[in-house]
Amino acid sequence: MSAAETPLLSVTNLKRHYDVRLPGGLFGTPATLKAVDGISFEIMKGKTLGLVGESGCGKSTTAKLVLGHIPVTAGEIRFDGERVTANHNAQWRAMRRRMQMIYQDPLGALDRRLSVADQIGEPIQIHEPETPKVERDERVASLMADVGLRRDMADRFPHELSGGQRQRVVIARALSVKPDLLVGDEPVSALDVSIQAQVLNLLDDLRQSTGFTALFISHDLKVVRQMSDRVAVMYLGRIVESGAPEEVFRRPQHPYTQALVSAIPTIRRSVVSNRIVLKGDPPNPVNAPSGCPFHTRCPAVVAQCRTEVPALLETAGHKVACHLVNNAPVGAGIAAE
Amino acid sequence: MTLELNDPKSLAEDSGSGSVFTAKDKLTAFFETWPPLVLFALFWIALCAVVVAFAPLIAPYDFMAMDLPARLTPPVFFGGVWTHPLGTDELGRDVLSRLIISIRISVVIAFLSTLIAATLGVTLGFLAAYFRGRVEQLILILVDAQASMPFMIIALAVLAFLGNSLTLFVILMGFYGWERIARIARGLAISANEQGYATAVRDLGASPWRIYSRHILPNIASTLIVSMTLNFPEVILLESGLSFLGLGIQPPMTSLGNMVGYGRDYIQSAPWIMLAPSIAIVLTTLSISIVGDWMRDLFDPTLK
Repeated sequence: MSAAETPLLSVTNLKRHYDVRLPGGLFGTPATLKAVDGISFEIMKGKTLGLVGESGCGKSTTAKLVLGHIPVTAGEIRFDGERVTANHNAQWRAMRRRMQMIYQDPLGALDRRLSVADQIGEPIQIHEPETPKVERDERVASLMADVGLRRDMADRFPHELSGGQRQRVVIARALSVKPDLLVGDEPVSALDVSIQAQVLNLLDDLRQSTGFTALFISHDLKVVRQMSDRVAVMYLGRIVESGAPEEVFRRPQHPYTQALVSAIPTIRRSVVSNRIVLKGDPPNPVNAPSGCPFHTRCPAVVAQCRTEVPALLETAGHKVACHLVNNAPVGAGIAAE
Repeated sequence: MTLELNDPKSLAEDSGSGSVFTAKDKLTAFFETWPPLVLFALFWIALCAVVVAFAPLIAPYDFMAMDLPARLTPPVFFGGVWTHPLGTDELGRDVLSRLIISIRISVVIAFLSTLIAATLGVTLGFLAAYFRGRVEQLILILVDAQASMPFMIIALAVLAFLGNSLTLFVILMGFYGWERIARIARGLAISANEQGYATAVRDLGASPWRIYSRHILPNIASTLIVSMTLNFPEVILLESGLSFLGLGIQPPMTSLGNMVGYGRDYIQSAPWIMLAPSIAIVLTTLSISIVGDWMRDLFDPTLK
């Protein structure tokens, strides 16, 4: 990744707040749910950013924001220099040709009344309506071959396919217009392990052959590690740590990442004893704790954490938002071991 | 008596009684795919379609031709003659010929009106679901206004003020039932928009027109078709009611309701004048309902 290269996707101080009503009072008490609360990242052309975090930390909201599916509360998203908005107008629709999404629930994302071939060919029909039917059919057939769907499945309906096959249809559909950016929102979490591996390998192969840029969202650390060039760890709507996967997973610096990494199941028994078990659940994002969002569960909490929000600071490509790390002398960091 | 194991007949009988699986014979299988009631309904609808298409050719007499000496002839098996299979009315007009023309008129009116109501309802329902906000409020006010007024009164008022012509009558009947279809279409479209497939198609870059026409409409079509098949017989009945009151189809033109209305005077002396169109009304409305229900299941690929 060269510094001179401009990023394909750059996100600056992205926020998405929801107005909610909490129980209490006659009509409830108004409150703000900060699903995504000020995150920034960049993805270089052809690279993959993995976004990890536990359920409810704002990963999927980030995916929808980045693609302009839902409007932002604050912040800016630029895709290839162009600002991404959530006004679903002709320009927004034209932009879909370059950015596509793979969904968590493939059955829900497919129209159950259209055959597999029609579903896959749909983006071509939308974005390249002048394409003759014969050519479109050929492209659909080659896409189906690429994702490992048999030719005779073209006339089947989504409910007649297995979960893995449906996800392949969704992937083929997303790739049919050769997008520059592909956002995968937990693309394999609904699949069983053997099919997960197939789909991941498939995505890897396709990325090598087509060279798309990807934002890959998952709660599965191993999946993210396999797929990503960079990893960002999210907690309660913020990025707490980001860097190269080897860095983040070998030498996690933020206490939350350390806990996550220690929870990866391992075959070697000796490592098991080092597991850091976090107490309690993540706080409700409606009343996020002041200061560092993680301080309520952090095993190494200090007084500063309760009052001051730590900034995401970078040391040699590895960014961490933790007072313990950022205040420590350069190079020291708190070691996991 | 010893059991002969090699006897193929006894073996076959044994295996037959012990088998869990019994193959369906062809007739049972046929009637399971085509239930007899559906077959009958389809047959009746097909017959109606033929009548609608070729009415003047099929009718044995001109429906307006009077034959006063032969008036009030009973139908064939009630002491009548084959020259007038369903008898004649008080002016000696052939009931069968009149029935054929009546079916044609009534079915065409009901079909066109239902089509108008469905188009209007689906369009307004989709507009409400797409724009939401003010547009939706306005459409819902229209729907409520239509639903809160008895349609018969509206129809009477319109026909009384604007006079009567077949075109006006069809358009008027087209306003019957649109509000139900609009409500159903709006509700289903809103819920479809919340479902993954519509959002996914939007995120693929599809235009609203494409989302609604190619994805949402086919997905909710089964419910709409059932709603339309409920509307169809109601229009026939409404047309019959208005014609019975003398505000629908005007003589010398004839329709099913018109026939019932004018045959009423002879209900005791010549009941066939009224019974023939009544039976036609019952059979047609029933057939449409049965076929509509059957079609809903047929069109749903997930039920196959």
